[in-house]
Amino acid sequence: MNVFRYIWQNQGQVLELTLEHLRLVGFSTLFAMLAGIPLGIVIARRPRWNKPVLASANIIQTIPSLALFGFLLPVPWLGERSERLAILALTLYALLPIIRNTYTGIRGVDPAVVEAGRGMGLTESQLLFQVELPLAVSVILSGVRVAVVISVGLATIAAAIGAGGLGEFIFRGLAMVDNRVILAGAIPAAVLALTADFGVGWLERRMQTR
Amino acid sequence: MLGGMQATTAIPEIEFQDVSYRVAGTQVLSGFNLQVQSGETLVLLGRSGSGKTTLLKLVNRLLTPSSGDIRVKGLSNAKADVIGLRRSIGYVIQDVGLFPHFTVERNIGLVPRIGGWPEDRIRARVQELLQLVGLAADLASRYPHQLSGGQRQRVGVARALAADPEILLMDEPFGALDPLTRDELQREFLALQQRLHKTVVFVTHDLREALRLGTRIALMEAGRLVTVLTPREFLQSSDPLASAYVRAFGEGLESAANRGTS
Ligand SMILES: Nc1ncnc2c1ncn2[C@@H]1O[C@H](COP(=O)(O)OP(=O)(O)OP(=O)(O)O)[C@@H](O)[C@H]1O
Ligand SMILES: [Mg+2]
Repeated sequence: MNVFRYIWQNQGQVLELTLEHLRLVGFSTLFAMLAGIPLGIVIARRPRWNKPVLASANIIQTIPSLALFGFLLPVPWLGERSERLAILALTLYALLPIIRNTYTGIRGVDPAVVEAGRGMGLTESQLLFQVELPLAVSVILSGVRVAVVISVGLATIAAAIGAGGLGEFIFRGLAMVDNRVILAGAIPAAVLALTADFGVGWLERRMQTR
Repeated sequence: MLGGMQATTAIPEIEFQDVSYRVAGTQVLSGFNLQVQSGETLVLLGRSGSGKTTLLKLVNRLLTPSSGDIRVKGLSNAKADVIGLRRSIGYVIQDVGLFPHFTVERNIGLVPRIGGWPEDRIRARVQELLQLVGLAADLASRYPHQLSGGQRQRVGVARALAADPEILLMDEPFGALDPLTRDELQREFLALQQRLHKTVVFVTHDLREALRLGTRIALMEAGRLVTVLTPREFLQSSDPLASAYVRAFGEGLESAANRGTS
């Protein structure tokens, strides 16, 4: 009956699925940062694009996750490998907090500081990389932190399309009506989420500029 | 050192030619003509909202005039390379605007650094500037939030001087300071100016500061230039606005003196 004994007995599989889970979360967060941070920078510079971009990211976020996985299934190159598909879906979900926080972080830099930089003759890219991004980094990271925590939870659903991860235990447990099996997926997932939350939060505080 | 007299025939360092600036339906500046000669300290005096900051930002092209032209060293600044223009002009902004994530050293050394100076020369320059503005050398490693308001303003001045620009735009650089510190900074400014002979455009709304620091005072009101006078002329001026300033200034002293005797 003991959950922990069950986990211990199946430690090999728990570890394997945890690593799979981490891959899903890690890649999707990475891709979301690669797309979301530049997008956030662009809309901070061109307020006209702010509404459409944020609205699109918002709409994606409202699609129920199971439905999104389903929608993406027929996409040719993706459908063949469910892991790619899961990573794409998770990336889309992670976009909103990252874009929004990049935008708010850059918009939140003291205008006097930006003006001083510009007035001293910094080029736009020097201004971005030496002033705006360093000052926005902790706000951006807090968006990343939210994205990671959401991803850890959503990635459990990836098992429904055969992408693996800790969701396998959860779905298996549901089918077997066995709480131990469900928890063998849910507990490591919760630990992952808390660890990521703490880790990125720590980074965020370290990057905080006075 | 007394070369100021010959400046009348030279090309003005900064020249506003019939400059107007409109933004969001407000006429901020209109028909503005003014010449700033090399080596002088021109004070822009005017009440809040009269367009002083706007005028400075037109010089380094943070703003573009709606009509008219601004020439720096004879060259229309619409044609100048904006980045080069800004690096050749020191700018002390009204809100100081130090970079909060940089130490004092990096704040002051920024323009030399992006200008590609070698590190040891930058470090030497920073030390020299700290001394020049009356700050202790060990402040170099501090962050702006670890400084007092007065120290921050000094760093702002040092930062503007870093790459040795010939022109300095100073927007209420000694604002929001207690009168004693302010006095000290003004005295240091005069001593500095005696050595460096920069062309300075200095914004203030404090008549005492204007009289003390300016070689000439440009009086502004609602986006227009009212008159340009030397400090001595200013005190004797019959211009209603100028004399209103002088009166307000005198009354402050007088009423204080009267209260002292009663
Ligand atoms: N972007 C803008 N949109 C609308 N009005 C503006 C804008 N920028 C400046 N103004 C207006 O132009 C006028 C002049 O502003 P400016 O900042 O040059 O005044 P100032 O003389 O420097 O005042 P202060 O002494 O308070 O600093 C003000 O009335 C201000 O409200
Ligand atoms: Mg101003």
